[in-house]
Amino acid sequence: MKLFTNIHAVALATSCLTLSALSVTGVALAVPSAQAATAYVSNEKDNSISLIDLDSLEVVDTIEVGQRPRGITFNADFTQLYICASDDDRVQVLDIRSRKIVDELPSGEDPEQFALHPDGQHLYIANEEDALVTVVDIPSRQVVAQIEVGVEPEGMAISPDGTLAINSSETTSMLHWIDTQSLQLVHNTRVDQRPRHIEFTQDGSRFWASSEIGGSVAVVDVASRAIIHTLRFQIRGVHSDKIQPVGIKLSADGRLAYIALGPANHIAVVDAQSFKILDYLLVGRRVWHMAFSPDEKLLLTTNGISGDVSVIDVERRKVVKSIRVGRYPWGLAVKP
Amino acid sequence: MISLCHSACRPLAACSILLALHCNGAMSAMAAPSGTSSAATYSTPTSVTITSTAQSLDLSIGYLELLQPRPPLLSNVIPEPTDSGLQGARLGIDDNNAGGRFLGQHYQLREQRSPDLSVLLDQARLWQNAGVQLLIVNLPADALLQLSKQFPANEVLLFNIGAADNVLRSGPCRSNLLHTLPSRAMLTDALGQWLTSKRLKNWFLVHGQRPEDLAYRDSLQRSAKRFGSRISESKAWSFSTDLRRAAQREVPLFTQASDYDVLVVSDEPGDFGEYLLYNSWLPRPVVGTQGLTPVGWHRVVEQWGAAQLQSRFQQRAGRWMNSNDYAAWIALRSIGEAVAELNHGDPDSVRRHLLNDAFQLAGYKGRKLSYRSWNGQLRQPIPLIHPRALVSQSPQEGFLHPRNELDSLGFDQPESQCQNLISGAVL
Repeated sequence: MKLFTNIHAVALATSCLTLSALSVTGVALAVPSAQAATAYVSNEKDNSISLIDLDSLEVVDTIEVGQRPRGITFNADFTQLYICASDDDRVQVLDIRSRKIVDELPSGEDPEQFALHPDGQHLYIANEEDALVTVVDIPSRQVVAQIEVGVEPEGMAISPDGTLAINSSETTSMLHWIDTQSLQLVHNTRVDQRPRHIEFTQDGSRFWASSEIGGSVAVVDVASRAIIHTLRFQIRGVHSDKIQPVGIKLSADGRLAYIALGPANHIAVVDAQSFKILDYLLVGRRVWHMAFSPDEKLLLTTNGISGDVSVIDVERRKVVKSIRVGRYPWGLAVKP
Repeated sequence: MISLCHSACRPLAACSILLALHCNGAMSAMAAPSGTSSAATYSTPTSVTITSTAQSLDLSIGYLELLQPRPPLLSNVIPEPTDSGLQGARLGIDDNNAGGRFLGQHYQLREQRSPDLSVLLDQARLWQNAGVQLLIVNLPADALLQLSKQFPANEVLLFNIGAADNVLRSGPCRSNLLHTLPSRAMLTDALGQWLTSKRLKNWFLVHGQRPEDLAYRDSLQRSAKRFGSRISESKAWSFSTDLRRAAQREVPLFTQASDYDVLVVSDEPGDFGEYLLYNSWLPRPVVGTQGLTPVGWHRVVEQWGAAQLQSRFQQRAGRWMNSNDYAAWIALRSIGEAVAELNHGDPDSVRRHLLNDAFQLAGYKGRKLSYRSWNGQLRQPIPLIHPRALVSQSPQEGFLHPRNELDSLGFDQPESQCQNLISGAVL
């Protein structure tokens, strides 16, 4: 509640600024809290991770990591952060308490995105330059399988029950369905050009997949393996070719979806049941990925070209702050 | 007709008609190929190999190149590759196969390069009889037309990756001919837009004497008119001096004029143009075939995922990818996308699929690419580069177009004598 009222105040103070990504500085935001949630942001061209305190909405630390960090994800108990250090061809393990890199995992070449299996032991890694998905057993640091997929594998998602992994290959324009038991491809779905991110619904019955150049998002039914809806977007004053969906976030209650539209510099807010587009929110330039605060009151976005993170008040659908981070912020993960 | 386009391409025009592209990218699903080897245990790395389904498709694509003698050049310090285009085609085959194996589609490249055109024409005929009907063609314009006329309409589809000639795009167009290499007009328009947006509108034009230099010069003149620039001086380069030794003495005298914003050079083979930089009478930027250069592709392009393509190419070819390589690669990718949808390689069906408005292709240039239905030219953004960095990419912001901003580069429909290739009537 405290957070909400603070945001409210900021939004009021800046309600006249609606044209560009908002930058609110010098506003005292929050009472310090002993257990503030923290957002971790990977800065692709700075080889660093920025830490944002979600009470104060300030950068509180910047940690040097490996080369070209992109995908990042926490382990189950939030004691470690896994980082795809793409140009180092490995996954780094950041210890949250000490804020130090404590370990490295094999990853195959050029890891870009990955997903942690619900068993907490297996990382599924998309190797962009090798047309492979690499499965790594974390405790033993062993590669247990490499599965051939299409050219430039990018997105990676695992169903909540852990049975199904979906990988997208950008140049082949396919979604590859991997059975996590047999570690075999069981199905392929062709989608619009350059598929990027994949996100499962909480109940695992569907997943959403964005196509960057195709300008669309496919909603796929898992049981029938069929595309049940294709979302397209239209923003007044933005050429349709510049609407390039990448990141996707679904609210926990299954009601809303948020789609990051890349160089269109907007987030689309979508009714996840009727697929009606409810709103477009202007954020920073070339918006990549998103993450919710633990209470889902805030949605953060990484804006690659403007080098900042936009903070959206979810309830009011307003951008309330932009926070400067490193160069080319890409991935986002929030620790409660 | 020209004035029509003029108003359409005017910078900062208030026109805000934005027609959404209705790309109902036909989506389909397919079962995974059977016969995958299993990862039986969790102990050793296992590579899962994919074999094709029973209904597999084997598609051979031809590559034809006329090997031409290279004239002696003054700026010959950095040698040009001898396999431009070919390496791009090979990578395109690799990429198509990487996706094709999930669909039971297999691609193979047949290559024929010769200094003798008749060998190539004969080879094309032999290939056609053997069912090779999709050809990647690296030929000069006259030879390309000869090849195109050799085949009845719709029996063979040619992708031009070697000839930038404007005449091939402005008419008469051949319906069995698509162009993935940008025309000269697209290049000079890309440059012209940038110069206009920088308010560098008073040009000093220096051109060589070879036919291609004159063609590039003509194209520059067209672009100057289109985007409201003025060519205040135009001079032909005719020196026979070895500029490697004498540029500092000769070039200032040659470029003497009362004033100009920019030195625009037309020297396609790269004979003297490199020596204009830093030697002009007035300290002005050099643009055109040297200095700031509009290109189809270059190593410095790395946005929009291009870094991945660059590194795949580097690994395969051991050198940088250039515009001809890119044109060949994107031609193969066009074929790959069409065949993935059609599940066969019939040249007329492929042609119709590619020319259809719904066709969309990702090509690492930041927006979807498609073909112009009136002249078969691939629409594409044009990078403006110097040898170590990307400077800009055209179309420039503010150059609007009622249908597609990419059509502000090159021959727009009203300017082209060719009409709708989809009907296939023009032959």
